Amino acid sequence: MNAVIKLDDIRKTYHTGEVDVQAVRKVSLEIHPGEFVAIMGASGSGKSTLMNILGCLDRPTGGRYSLDGIDVSQLSTDELADIRNQKIGFVFQGFNLLSRTSALENVELPMLYARQHMHSYELREKALHALGVVSLTDRADHHPSQLSGGQQQRVAIARALVNQPALVLADEPTGNLDSRTSVEIMGVFQQLNDRGITIVMVTHEPDIARFTKRSVVMSDGHVVSDTPVTDRLFAGPELERLHSLLDPALQTQ
Amino acid sequence: MRILVTIKTALRALRRNKMRSVLTALGIIIGVGAVITMVGIGNGAKAQIEAQIASLGQNVILIFSGSVTRTGVHSGHGGAGTLTVEDAEAMRREIPGVMAVSPELRSAAQVAAGNQNWLPQILGEGPDYFDIRQWPLVEGSPFTPLDVRGATKVAVIGKTTAQQLYGDESPIGQIVRIKNVPFTIVGLLSSKGLSVMGSDQDDVLVVPYTSAMKRVLGTTTLRSIMVQAADAKLLPVVQQQITELLRQRHRIQPGRDDDFTVRGQQDIAEMATAQSKTMTILLGAIASVSLIVGGIGIMNIMLVSVTERTREIGIRMAVGAHANDILLQFLTEAITLSSIGGVIGIAMGVGASKIISLSLDWPTLIPVVWVVVAFLFSAAVGIFFGFYPARKASKLDPIDALRYE
Repeated sequence: MNAVIKLDDIRKTYHTGEVDVQAVRKVSLEIHPGEFVAIMGASGSGKSTLMNILGCLDRPTGGRYSLDGIDVSQLSTDELADIRNQKIGFVFQGFNLLSRTSALENVELPMLYARQHMHSYELREKALHALGVVSLTDRADHHPSQLSGGQQQRVAIARALVNQPALVLADEPTGNLDSRTSVEIMGVFQQLNDRGITIVMVTHEPDIARFTKRSVVMSDGHVVSDTPVTDRLFAGPELERLHSLLDPALQTQ
Repeated sequence: MRILVTIKTALRALRRNKMRSVLTALGIIIGVGAVITMVGIGNGAKAQIEAQIASLGQNVILIFSGSVTRTGVHSGHGGAGTLTVEDAEAMRREIPGVMAVSPELRSAAQVAAGNQNWLPQILGEGPDYFDIRQWPLVEGSPFTPLDVRGATKVAVIGKTTAQQLYGDESPIGQIVRIKNVPFTIVGLLSSKGLSVMGSDQDDVLVVPYTSAMKRVLGTTTLRSIMVQAADAKLLPVVQQQITELLRQRHRIQPGRDDDFTVRGQQDIAEMATAQSKTMTILLGAIASVSLIVGGIGIMNIMLVSVTERTREIGIRMAVGAHANDILLQFLTEAITLSSIGGVIGIAMGVGASKIISLSLDWPTLIPVVWVVVAFLFSAAVGIFFGFYPARKASKLDPIDALRYE
């Protein structure tokens, strides 16, 4: 099978003042359909820069990046926007939902910028379906401020899924959530991954990375380790464990 | 289409910030309202002046006596008394384009009737005067060529003068004493209102010019001669011929100045409308300044809005919005604000003109063209002042925008 992501010698250099900062130096990486990858690293390791390149928000200074069989390293800004729209679903640390806009409309947003026009009932139908995948259909008309952090992040995941992208990119998706909700969200990602959706996630928390299948560690702009996750955690049992820890009364029964 | 979605998005953003949108549009509302009101007043004044000029009569040429400089002193129109009745008759006889001629004298004089007295304009005129000025009588009849020949003591009275001397009584057959000379009133003129210069045209007593010369003013020369040309196209020719005839009759050497002044109706109209045009332009210019201030208000709010919504812009770009989509979204917001402001401003301007018309009794007139121009201009203000903030929004880098706090 063809790789979803294929990086060849990707480099990114920032020209800030007189010093050139090499944020990413010669990274080569292949991610195949159905993988669930965590990109780890301390801040300044280049993982965010790599994430921006993977998300087609930024262009590499050198090297080749092909996404779902398309060479995207030399595309124009507008072409990249179309790639983001069609091929990538984003999940951010800060949720990044439009405030004062209902969950449903937030999920509809990527479809508004799709190349092909859709009728409003079609938009609604697809958005409701995506909300169903993250089990939030009953909150479709709520605004972000009326939703908990975990619910907001699930709306964001629904938004990421709605255009059926080749890749879901999550940037510290649990960074703003408490540990229990983090596990819930990882559970959602695991479910999606079980359905065959390719997920790449940036995180600095080793515990969260254990929910994935493969862990790529970056340091100083290089990939320093790329290993399968051996002691993998699963959201279901982990939630039960947390539950019992928080409620000792339940344990004694 | 994408454009429709963008427009919808823009409208929603405006609705979300109702108070701010209304206040921003207020700048344009006041600007456009002021422009429309000022143009209404200016045009109303112009239309009124034009109507007054038309009330002078059709194809009228006025020849004033004087304009002579004797020992350095300019005597002004009618001052020198260089025109004679013979001049007037020569014009009628020798210039084929001339349809009617009325020799004129003019003087303010104290008049009395019964125990009332008043100071109207005394006009000495020929019998054609009423035809030339298209000034019908409401009662009685005008004086005749016979009255002119005999210098009879008859007078036609204007509305205002009649009102002052006789109240609501009919003036026909009454005696009015002009400088103690008793005249019989034979006709009452219809009302003509204010003249171009703002004087009351109805405050007059019209008597045969011969009577005015012999019995009231004791003079042998005329103040002016009123001529009516047969056709508007003939006016320049007739004007030229009058000048030649008078120069010949007055034996003026070539190279010397005329001792009279010939004024076509067009000259008078141009003079008067030039004034009102200046006024309209001035008022319009002042009002435009407020429209520009309104535009700056839009730009200000749009810049704030772009900064405030940096994250939203980042999100939209991340999920696939092109730079142009963002540009269009913010531009649409600006144009919507300004053109809605324009529409309301037009309505307010029309309303304000109506109120001014009714309460101050000033005529106002708003040409449709100006309404269209005002609307287009307000939309243009939106484009002009909205473009910079919209462009700024579209130039944002999605990575920075998403990280913006």
